Amino acid sequence: MTITTQPPAPRTTARRRRVARFSPRDVAVIGLLLGIPVLLDVALIWGPTLASVALSFTSWNGVTDIEPIGLDNYRNIVSNYPPFWPAVRHNLIWLLFLGVVATPLGLFFAVLLDKQIRFSRFYQTALYLPVVLSLAVIGFIAQLLYSRDYGAVNAALGRTDNPIDWIGDPSINLWSVLVLVGWRHVGYVMLLYLAGLKAVDPALKEAAAIDGANEPQTFFRVVFPVLRPVNILVLVITVIEALRAFDVVYAINRGRNGLELLSVLITDNIIGEASRIGFGSAIAVILLLISLGFIVTYLVQVFREERA
Amino acid sequence: MTTTTTKAPPVTAPARKVRPRRRIRPARLLLHAFLICVAVGWLIPLLLAVYASLRPYAETAVRGYFSLPERLSFDYYVDAWQRGGQPRYFINTLLIAVPSVLLTLFFASFVAFLISRRRIRFGKFLLIAFAAGNLLPQQVLATPLYVMYSKIPLPWWMSWPSELLYDSYWGVIAIHVAFQTGFCVFVLTNYMDTVPIDLIEASIVDGAGVWRQYWHVILPLVRPALGALGTLEFAWIYNDFFWAVILMSTGDKFPVTSALNNLRAVYFTDYNLLAAGSILVALPTLLVFFILQRQFISGLTLGSTKG
Repeated sequence: MTITTQPPAPRTTARRRRVARFSPRDVAVIGLLLGIPVLLDVALIWGPTLASVALSFTSWNGVTDIEPIGLDNYRNIVSNYPPFWPAVRHNLIWLLFLGVVATPLGLFFAVLLDKQIRFSRFYQTALYLPVVLSLAVIGFIAQLLYSRDYGAVNAALGRTDNPIDWIGDPSINLWSVLVLVGWRHVGYVMLLYLAGLKAVDPALKEAAAIDGANEPQTFFRVVFPVLRPVNILVLVITVIEALRAFDVVYAINRGRNGLELLSVLITDNIIGEASRIGFGSAIAVILLLISLGFIVTYLVQVFREERA
Repeated sequence: MTTTTTKAPPVTAPARKVRPRRRIRPARLLLHAFLICVAVGWLIPLLLAVYASLRPYAETAVRGYFSLPERLSFDYYVDAWQRGGQPRYFINTLLIAVPSVLLTLFFASFVAFLISRRRIRFGKFLLIAFAAGNLLPQQVLATPLYVMYSKIPLPWWMSWPSELLYDSYWGVIAIHVAFQTGFCVFVLTNYMDTVPIDLIEASIVDGAGVWRQYWHVILPLVRPALGALGTLEFAWIYNDFFWAVILMSTGDKFPVTSALNNLRAVYFTDYNLLAAGSILVALPTLLVFFILQRQFISGLTLGSTKG
């Protein structure tokens, strides 16, 4: 918090000059309104996170004394814990699916709906509805669609004699779930892009049209580059969503039998009956490291852009 | 502070463009046909769920969900409302969700403004710290938070009967705000990067303080993003039951989604009752969507983003 109260040093060589100094009243406002969220973030997010990192080097189960065991948890996870590698693979498939199919689809719909067309609100509502549904509804819908004996998909395909077990068959259930997940993710991405497209100056598009650009050209050469901040945002969100994915598989079958995910393994270990808090924390740290890998890539991009 | 932060002071209403009536083009018709197909496809699972909730479980268990009905009724809705004891839980949820969303948007937009448009020192570092905090799965924070909350005392009028941060709405709201602020700071910083910095510089020249730059200049301009975020945040916080389960113990104080889990536990055989209950629970999030939709959907033309 103190960092912000320092007046910016007069750096004449700075490429981006700071806009102005802060008056004492400004400093008070900033101190309060920046201080509270920073304090909350440190106390409730980063503090517990560091505690979890520390716990990952122990064999704590919540009851006995905390005993440090070095890197044993990590060694066990990598070589001795069968669900780990399938979970990593599923998370990556998840990421690929969202990044290659669902996110572009969301952008596509946002662009279509950003035009001044009739019934736009109806279309937007239809696409957005899945986003607001709770876990319970999603779990029920999965049951309703994919159930082997009375599910709608098998009935619609006419496979009542030789039904496909969309959820129970571990070779296909990941894809059944991904369809549901994509169903939600598209609406989410569409919403973010819609808000972004509103901020694009219509004059830009008009100018491009006057210059004789057709619609795809206008979009890819003019609008899409302007949306760069939103693009980065959606990219990062897609990564987070894929790596943190949890609720849908948990609602369907608690993440077993072909639906293992890292977050599910963490939950099973920390909150499950065995209460292997140290072990679960170690998986969490691995997940955090993977996520940070993506975030660091983003960070490098941001700084490169600043220097440019 | 909890006043409606999303409501920006009335900016000069964007003059609605008078659209010349165009002749209906075949391309437009094709677009509509395509969009209708997509919309219907998107709605089918939901409509099926609503349809199922109107039918007795005994019937769908025999004939499948994809079949013609024998009997349709709202019995399950009445049942879910009464047996779930829902009115009280709805109020509990609102006590948590409304302050959480408003505080989150308020703090996040201010921090994002400082990072993006005032370019404060260490702003990028703050941005990364906030954004990275949101990468963690909630389960990681559960154990340390539980231990911490059980050790922080609160006066009785803030937390009854535990007199701790544990089992109080304050604690649940605090973690929601902390967790979601990270995400919102990240989103809003990116949106604010599209607002020209000249606007802020102009207002500084006019002698506006930080608060006025934030409240009167920036907020009105990021209204679409705030509307979209408000909708998402409300849906998430409203639907969350993880924190309540971890950080609360008094059953009467649980939010509605956790109470719905009880419904599942007691009547787990009757999926259609559960469907009715969860559709009932989803209604407020839809309402918020319809209310905020205007903010990010009607053409709020920002004449100010000329490069």
